[in-house]
Amino acid sequence: MLSRSVNPWLTALMAACAMTVLVPLYFTVVTALKQPAELAGAGFDLPADPQWGNFATAWRLTDYPRAALNSALITVGAVILTLLTNSLVAYAIARNLHRRLFKGLYFYFVSALFVPFPIIMLPVIKQTALLGLDNQLGLILLYVVYGLAFNIFLYVGYIKSIPRALEEAARTDGAGTWTVFWKVIFPLLAPMNATVGILTFLWAWNDFLLPLVVLSSPSARTLPLVQYVFQSQFATDYTTAFASYLMALAPALLVYLLAQRWVISGVLRGAIK
Amino acid sequence: MTTSRAYYWMVLPALLLFLVFHTVPVLQGFYYSLTDSPGYGSYGFVGLRNYANLFRDDRILDAYLFTFRFAVVATVLTNALALAVALGLNARIGFRTALRGIFFIPNVLAILIIGYIFNYLFANSLPAIAQALGITALSTNILADPGLAWLGIVAVATWQAAAFNIIIYLAGLQTISDDVREAATIDGAGAWRQFRSIVFPLIAPFFTINMVLSLKNFLQVFDHIVALTNGGPGTATTSVSLLIYSGGLEGGEYAYQTANAVVYFLVIVAVSAFQLRVLQRREMSA
Repeated sequence: MLSRSVNPWLTALMAACAMTVLVPLYFTVVTALKQPAELAGAGFDLPADPQWGNFATAWRLTDYPRAALNSALITVGAVILTLLTNSLVAYAIARNLHRRLFKGLYFYFVSALFVPFPIIMLPVIKQTALLGLDNQLGLILLYVVYGLAFNIFLYVGYIKSIPRALEEAARTDGAGTWTVFWKVIFPLLAPMNATVGILTFLWAWNDFLLPLVVLSSPSARTLPLVQYVFQSQFATDYTTAFASYLMALAPALLVYLLAQRWVISGVLRGAIK
Repeated sequence: MTTSRAYYWMVLPALLLFLVFHTVPVLQGFYYSLTDSPGYGSYGFVGLRNYANLFRDDRILDAYLFTFRFAVVATVLTNALALAVALGLNARIGFRTALRGIFFIPNVLAILIIGYIFNYLFANSLPAIAQALGITALSTNILADPGLAWLGIVAVATWQAAAFNIIIYLAGLQTISDDVREAATIDGAGAWRQFRSIVFPLIAPFFTINMVLSLKNFLQVFDHIVALTNGGPGTATTSVSLLIYSGGLEGGEYAYQTANAVVYFLVIVAVSAFQLRVLQRREMSA
């Protein structure tokens, strides 16, 4: 009975540990609101007079709306296309694993998990430039295609657990394979769709290397890429830099705060599958 | 018959795209690694010369040494801390959901931007605090010290990666029923004994996932380094990924760095396979 009660010391210790996460975020917020003259010392004190203008400066300097729009476009495009296509491919594979061809396809896609990106990086840069895909569209396509390896692994495991009886009922009613997938299977995949959607979102939104090497036009730059490009201009102006960092981190933080339970359970389902 | 034809149409477009954007680049990579291409213009076939040169190149050797030292230390540290935090979160504490939510935050943030924030902390705040406390070892920017810079990268990598591992370990701990632990307590097993003999063996599969994924990810470290040191001071923190990127794209070593990438691929596969075997064997015997 006694062991059921809350341990206050341990709670305090865990709260102290949680500070290691919160303090850098707090630091980012206060630095973004300071005047350059206030930056001396450790810098953990509150700003004397919050400089909201820092955000306006960063907004103009980095052309925030454009970068945010690029990031949003690429992320949303990658998530939607990934959900619609990867689940479909996985369905065809999962229902035909007894055939040698589809079993081979399964291992072919999943084996890509072991190929580190640097080995294909240099050829992919040439290829996307050659095909005119060194832009947002090309990036969406690459996320959808490179996601196949892990997503097929997730979806196939999940689809195998869906009883075939559900599909056969629809088939006897005259539905074809495509209809069966969209009307019967796809809605049943909702939990896995949530997982794949969240993982794809976090990947595409936060990615740096792929946009760095694929995108050629400055107008196509994503939020992380903009921070990289503007480092030299930020060099002496840390308050503007931190305002810019905070604006770049804010959308993902906001989405996480609103859908915390969902995000954590989605990530978990993907890792423990 | 029409059913199976539909299945073929479902996989065909994906297969073609995957061939074009993944398999062809892999094969091109292998092919270019056998040439002297600088990345543009004409080139000749040189056989295995790039590979032979790799093993005589100190830059390459240093990059591998740094990458492995960083990856091993970061993997051990990340998993030890994540496991400790997960045990704490699983104990009888208050505000568990809120704390769990906080610990997961770093996982949703872009590593590059976190890196820039910590870069400033290491350069300005940490020295200021260390000077005030009289800790001379930390009173200068550790990222500017060739001997210490890698520890700054380890710290940021651990801070960010622990978030994911904590959640996985916590899920593992929650699969252990209270009955098991109560029985052990009644039998007089202390906290450490319980952890060693009951808790750890039961979450061993989660330990395996985390160790393999952490090491694989850390061996490919790139974003952290770009934001914190850009490979410096000198070349003290140049990782293999960074070297492939900078040498291959900016240094005119396209073919040479592609050969490096092929070797790197084989190393990562070998390390992951080895790790999986050892850890799974331990799971069995535990």
